[in-house]
Amino acid sequence: MPTVSMTVNGKQVSGEVEARTLLAQFIRENLELTGTHIGCDTSQCGACVVHVNGSSVKSCTMLAVEADGADVTTIEGLAMDGDTLHPMQEAFRDNHGLQCGFCTPGMVMSAIDLVDRNPNPTDSEIRDWLEGNICRCTGYHNIVKSIAAGAAAMRGQKAAAE
Amino acid sequence: MSATGIGASVKRKEDFRFLTGRGNYTDDINQPGQTYAYILRSSHAHAKIKKIDTADAKSAPGVLAIFTGEDMQVGSLPCGWAVNNKDGSPMNEPPHPPLAQGKVRYVGDQIAVVIAETYAQAKDAAERIVLDLEELPAVTTVDAAIAPGAPLVHDDLAPGNMCYDWEIGDEAETDAAFKGAAHVVSIDVTNNRLVPNAMEPRAAIGDYNKGTGEYTLYTTSQNPHVIRLLMGAFVLQLPEHKLRVVAPDVGGGFGSKIYHYAEEAIVTWASEKVRRPIKWTAERSESFVSDAHGRDHVTHADLALDASGKFLGLKVYTKANLGAYLSTFSTCVPTYLYATLLAGVYTTPKVYANVKSIFTNTVPVDAYRGAGRPEATYLLERLVSKAARELGMDQVEIRRKNFIPADAFPYQTPVALQYDSGDYEATLKKAMELADWNGFAARKAEAAGRGKLRGIGISTYLEACGIAPSAVVGSLGARAGLFESANVRVHPTGSVSIYTGSHSHGQGHETTFAQLVSETLGIPIENVNIDHGDTNRIAFGMGTYGSRSLAVGGEAIMKALGKVVDKASKIAAHLMEASAEDVEFKDGKFTVAGTDKEVDFGTVALTAYVPHNYPHETLEPGLEENAFYDPMNFTYPGGCHICEVEIDPDTGVTKVVNMTAVDDVGRVINPMIVEGQIHGGLAQGIGQALLENCEYDENGQLLSGSFMDYCMPRADNFPGFQATTESTLCAHNSLGVKGCGEVGAIGSPPAVINAVLDALADKGVTDISMPATSHKVWQAIQNAQMPAAAE
Repeated sequence: MPTVSMTVNGKQVSGEVEARTLLAQFIRENLELTGTHIGCDTSQCGACVVHVNGSSVKSCTMLAVEADGADVTTIEGLAMDGDTLHPMQEAFRDNHGLQCGFCTPGMVMSAIDLVDRNPNPTDSEIRDWLEGNICRCTGYHNIVKSIAAGAAAMRGQKAAAE
Repeated sequence: MSATGIGASVKRKEDFRFLTGRGNYTDDINQPGQTYAYILRSSHAHAKIKKIDTADAKSAPGVLAIFTGEDMQVGSLPCGWAVNNKDGSPMNEPPHPPLAQGKVRYVGDQIAVVIAETYAQAKDAAERIVLDLEELPAVTTVDAAIAPGAPLVHDDLAPGNMCYDWEIGDEAETDAAFKGAAHVVSIDVTNNRLVPNAMEPRAAIGDYNKGTGEYTLYTTSQNPHVIRLLMGAFVLQLPEHKLRVVAPDVGGGFGSKIYHYAEEAIVTWASEKVRRPIKWTAERSESFVSDAHGRDHVTHADLALDASGKFLGLKVYTKANLGAYLSTFSTCVPTYLYATLLAGVYTTPKVYANVKSIFTNTVPVDAYRGAGRPEATYLLERLVSKAARELGMDQVEIRRKNFIPADAFPYQTPVALQYDSGDYEATLKKAMELADWNGFAARKAEAAGRGKLRGIGISTYLEACGIAPSAVVGSLGARAGLFESANVRVHPTGSVSIYTGSHSHGQGHETTFAQLVSETLGIPIENVNIDHGDTNRIAFGMGTYGSRSLAVGGEAIMKALGKVVDKASKIAAHLMEASAEDVEFKDGKFTVAGTDKEVDFGTVALTAYVPHNYPHETLEPGLEENAFYDPMNFTYPGGCHICEVEIDPDTGVTKVVNMTAVDDVGRVINPMIVEGQIHGGLAQGIGQALLENCEYDENGQLLSGSFMDYCMPRADNFPGFQATTESTLCAHNSLGVKGCGEVGAIGSPPAVINAVLDALADKGVTDISMPATSHKVWQAIQNAQMPAAAE
């Protein structure tokens, strides 16, 4: 079986996988990072979105071997010290942007990539961006609100850092 | 109002774990030595099983065992509600084996289970099972299933594919009401079949412990105690004290995770055979053919009105598709959760309904968000709007003319229910203001200038939830009680653990219930923990569905808290050397009226567990109380939904541009959470009206079997919602709460379709079915404009 190595949430990891193993499976099963969820088998739902080399990727659309050498961030890697939430996570909590929590990790990871590309998205741009993330609980109303608030907080954080 | 008490929008306690990837869903759990199950399912809708040859598959790498229906001779998956035919005879109730026996009856029916060291090995091995199936003709629609000579899903166990032919109301009196009518308005509607699609696919882990003889089942359930009872007592004959069912974090349910499913029994049973834990997790395309579907009614109805537009009588004839087998609560959905709602918010004096529930070669159908009540509401609100159009009356005026007035409660309907409270004029008025109903004409004109057809639609509705009084449902055929249990454990340092039989899978109970405790005991919300979802930790529970958690589970907590306060008051009285009758408890402090004596809740809690100075002769040490609560009646939320759509006549693309919901959900504990529940319901309701449809071909193949074929609502399908509450209090529970989980999905579909028909009225379109997809809307416009071509 092939061996893959990559950086996940800042840590160097490696493991033996069957060639057909998806990145999502490698993250959940080999690394036991179960915050990345699998909600479909056709790459529609977006529950498995992680960042690969800084961009959001549905980790079910990539083989683990394709991520060999990559820098991967999962939902567990956002609040690294365990206590301080990323501004986008905080915004989801403040705006009730989650209910059952299953789509949430993918939503948050996807939202951060949107704001990295477009720091001040309109509601309509947020809704368009979420085409690849399905939520069955919230009706998206509070997710859109959360992402707008998270974007504002990320802009503030960036301004403070500059 | 305190910052964490009743009425405060407290941020959710459960969010931290979900936002940081620390949720604990069933598929996240792994047991030492765990194996994996793959279920081989039927790809035929209807076939005789002639032979299943597993010999080659058993030799595949990693395979531990393969079982078929011949190996797994256990009890039938039970149906929880007996509905009688109109002649009083019992319904047809054919068996539902966890692994198919003799025949497969729908695409997705379980044929065999392969257990292997890895999931991939199990799945690979299943391809080597050789099936000899004799394909039989299939039926997928109610009309095909009851046609003479139709293939029989259950042969002589359900002649004519009929489960039951049931009725409610007085047919002769309703007929008499029609005789004096000035107008009769008729409608035929189909309530489209939906796939619930909670984002977390179902999963189950069975784990048998030979050392203790105990079985543990981890499962994606809304009601672990119900699963323990059904699987233990009926399917596998395992006693409760040897069976633990855990429903950890569950990623959405919407009804689909109420039922006891075959896979739960299969992994539990097989774990004893292979002596290893077994995990099964559905792939999404498997969910489509194995999770109970929702809705699927075909209905004809007639409404009798007098010359002024007052309703005189309603006759309803519904055919409900139950799928191939009776799912746990399937039988009550088209009867007691549907036909009893047909009076709606109106004073219609005579109502009669006849419901035929029918077997077909499709996935079993059961309750999905709203369950019966959306079907009743859709029918009524389409019919009322149609009546207004046919009589030339205003949409709002016809409703106002027939509303049950706010001073008429309690109100007895002709279809069994007695409504306790409501104010339909108040929710209507507020919704019309919020939606700027009176400004619609200007918006329509503006849209016309852009070449768009703009329409407005309304729905005024109610529902019955907070299910349910056990004695009432028992008299109607329910095979279970519908109370709830709670345990309040006060710890020595004054923090509190609540053990509730309700189950949270997105509803936010860990916050809402903690607010009840914070308010009642005057303690910080951080000092309260809500525990649920484990039959070993929770005394008993009937679970979460039918918007019952707060109205039934919350009331059980309030009852147990009341007992805690009673006992604590006695301890406080002892400490303050006062009589218990003179002790008052407020904001976490016990005081004696007219004195400056005071003792706080924490001191009383510590005293209960360090009882040095304690009234031992009259009180036991400790501070922990149980309560069971059985409601006196259903609760009756209701309200008004108003939808505005814009249609592009060239393409049929239909956009919801405004959606307003004003709902009476009783007292609101956490407005943020309540509004979130309503938003989610609206999305599912709009999804049913415009996007979602579960489609079979005539051979019983599911055409909409994945997220590529079944249109799940996305963010860009919706505008922002205007959702708020305008409440009257429930008259029969202590909190005055009604329920908010289903209202969004119940009230909205007819508002959307009424809006679509309003937009298309000038084009001559008078009817459209759900989902009103762009193609269907475009086609309706073409047909109306070119009637000859349509024929």
